[in-house]
Amino acid sequence: MIGVQPTVPPSDVARLRRSTAVRLTWLAVGLAVLALLFVLSVAFGTRVVSISDVFSALGGDTSGIAEAAVVKRIPRTVLALLVGAALALSGTTMQAVTRNPLADPGILGVSSGAALAVVAGIAFFGMSDPHAYIWVAIGGAALAAAFVYTVGSLGRDGATPLKLALAGAAISATFSSLVSAILLPRVDVLTTFRFWQIGGVGGATWERISLIIPFLVVGAAICFFSARGMNMLALGDDLAAGLGENVLRARLISAAGAVLLCGVATAIAGPIGFVGLVVPHLCRLLVGTDLRWLLPFSAITGAALLVAADVVGRVVARPQEIEVGIITAFIGAPFFIWIVRRQRVREL
Amino acid sequence: MSTETLIAGRRARVRRRSLLTGGLAVAVLVAFLTSLMVGNTFYGLDKVIRVILGETVPGASFTVGDLRLPRASLGLVTGLCFGVAGVTFQTMLRNPLASPDIIGISSGASAAAVIGLIVFSLSETAVSLLALLAALLTAGAIYLLANRRGFAGTRLILIGIGVAAMLDSLVSYVLSRAASWDLQMAMQWLTGSLNGATWSGVMPVAIACVVLVPVLLLHERHLGVLRMGDDSAASLGVRVQRTRIVLIVGAVALLAFATAASGPIAFVAFMAGPIAARIVGPGASLTLPSGLIGALLVLVADLVGQFAFDNRYPVGVITGVLGAPYLVYLLIRSNRTGSSI
Repeated sequence: MIGVQPTVPPSDVARLRRSTAVRLTWLAVGLAVLALLFVLSVAFGTRVVSISDVFSALGGDTSGIAEAAVVKRIPRTVLALLVGAALALSGTTMQAVTRNPLADPGILGVSSGAALAVVAGIAFFGMSDPHAYIWVAIGGAALAAAFVYTVGSLGRDGATPLKLALAGAAISATFSSLVSAILLPRVDVLTTFRFWQIGGVGGATWERISLIIPFLVVGAAICFFSARGMNMLALGDDLAAGLGENVLRARLISAAGAVLLCGVATAIAGPIGFVGLVVPHLCRLLVGTDLRWLLPFSAITGAALLVAADVVGRVVARPQEIEVGIITAFIGAPFFIWIVRRQRVREL
Repeated sequence: MSTETLIAGRRARVRRRSLLTGGLAVAVLVAFLTSLMVGNTFYGLDKVIRVILGETVPGASFTVGDLRLPRASLGLVTGLCFGVAGVTFQTMLRNPLASPDIIGISSGASAAAVIGLIVFSLSETAVSLLALLAALLTAGAIYLLANRRGFAGTRLILIGIGVAAMLDSLVSYVLSRAASWDLQMAMQWLTGSLNGATWSGVMPVAIACVVLVPVLLLHERHLGVLRMGDDSAASLGVRVQRTRIVLIVGAVALLAFATAASGPIAFVAFMAGPIAARIVGPGASLTLPSGLIGALLVLVADLVGQFAFDNRYPVGVITGVLGAPYLVYLLIRSNRTGSSI
């Protein structure tokens, strides 16, 4: 089941272990950055709002235009925060479960499974209930994940990063041609779908947010509670089994949590790639590989990254907006390439 | 085993392969003529041939000569280009999954062509050239990024997937800004379609095909040697870097011209090589058979897409749906045996 066996020199081993003080410091820094980005996100947009207006709006005052703008931007920011945290948690868990440095809901084709399911739901069953979106997306994500993992892990040497990434890319390509087969004759669906497809948090309302909260809480809880089991999995299947861990069960439960989070995030904001890939790597450098610390820190960093990407998307092309999914791809893809270049990837 | 039996065996194999390749060529011709004859009105073979020879046949001249002939020619030529480009990459990287549509080179051409079509409303030739430039740049970037501490096919594939993700998001951005009418046209194009084929669209890709396919055929011998690994190839007298660059530039150019003309027809580049390998047997030269298979796939899929359903689907939808189960089969098989094509 091992993809790339990291041959880490001793100095790096020492660096992977962090003292609690260092971790707590980074956690505090992360939270501070997130708070700062939250304020920036409600302040920036087509109209820039001054900091004093932001705080008076947060205090409940909705009299002026500036305050009204702030109040409208709050749900959007909260949604970006939640989606970012969910995707980062999902990515961290997927990387731990597959023991694969390149695991990410986008790369592994899980998001495209959710997308295909949603399109099929809209086109064939006239689906419009937001609740149905979520369930259908979760189902599609789960099917795609199971499929890609099964196909990618067949054969002598199990699920190598290359095989998983290829299986994911291939499944994404297939699904997107199925999506266009469904969409091309239906112009009406096409227009609705294209904005969802790109991945955006622009249409956020409190109603939609409250819809996804229960799913996110359950998914996050599953991931956090399986942190210990995933730490064991990192030792290798044999050793984990020897230490009394039920390897298969641990893997299935944590994967279910990851798929749930990714499916919900995709249902509400469209497929947003690369957050789940970049964040875990960044966080491992800062707080080490212990998942009990890595998961919460990833969630905070993921939230911060997506809020930041959303702010950038609003500022760069003012007065137009660039959807957050495009910004994350432009940040994430170079990062992906950097990881690939760093890693000693084995030949298939 | 004596030398004579070896030579006789080799002759028999060569003869068998030539026969099979000839058979494929005949099948392509049949598909080509069929797509000229079949349509809303059926025209017999005699009329079709008279139109091709330049005679004026009432009714048939317009339908066959101006509508069906450019369409079928476009299908033939792009299919050939996709097949040849795909198998060159697959053989060079020793991996049947490493076709240019999976490792991001098609995405480069698509992104450039979408920008050319939607943002700048360029002409066909300009779009072709822009797509060529972008595909070469993409391939060059992927190659340079992968070429660290020696060249590794695996790294190239993974980097290609990353680059493809970035370019695809660029395409999404352009589409999200497009007007509704442009959007449907662009979606159709991105799926790969022969609709609205004109001679001015066919010419660039036809010229590229005539010039570049012989070049790739000439270098095919070295391609076989490259498969044994860089060191063995160098010791057998192949100039590894130069050969690889010629092959990459040739294949990328074919791909770019074809993509600019018809859009990235899903999976043709990916499927043609392995199917050809299955038909003509292992160890044989695959470039020409793959090109023929590519052309056959596109022509047949276009016929199916036009006439088999209530809706008229563009060719890329059919090849995409065909490609899906095949892809899964290939993944499973190559995983089980650990083999390449």
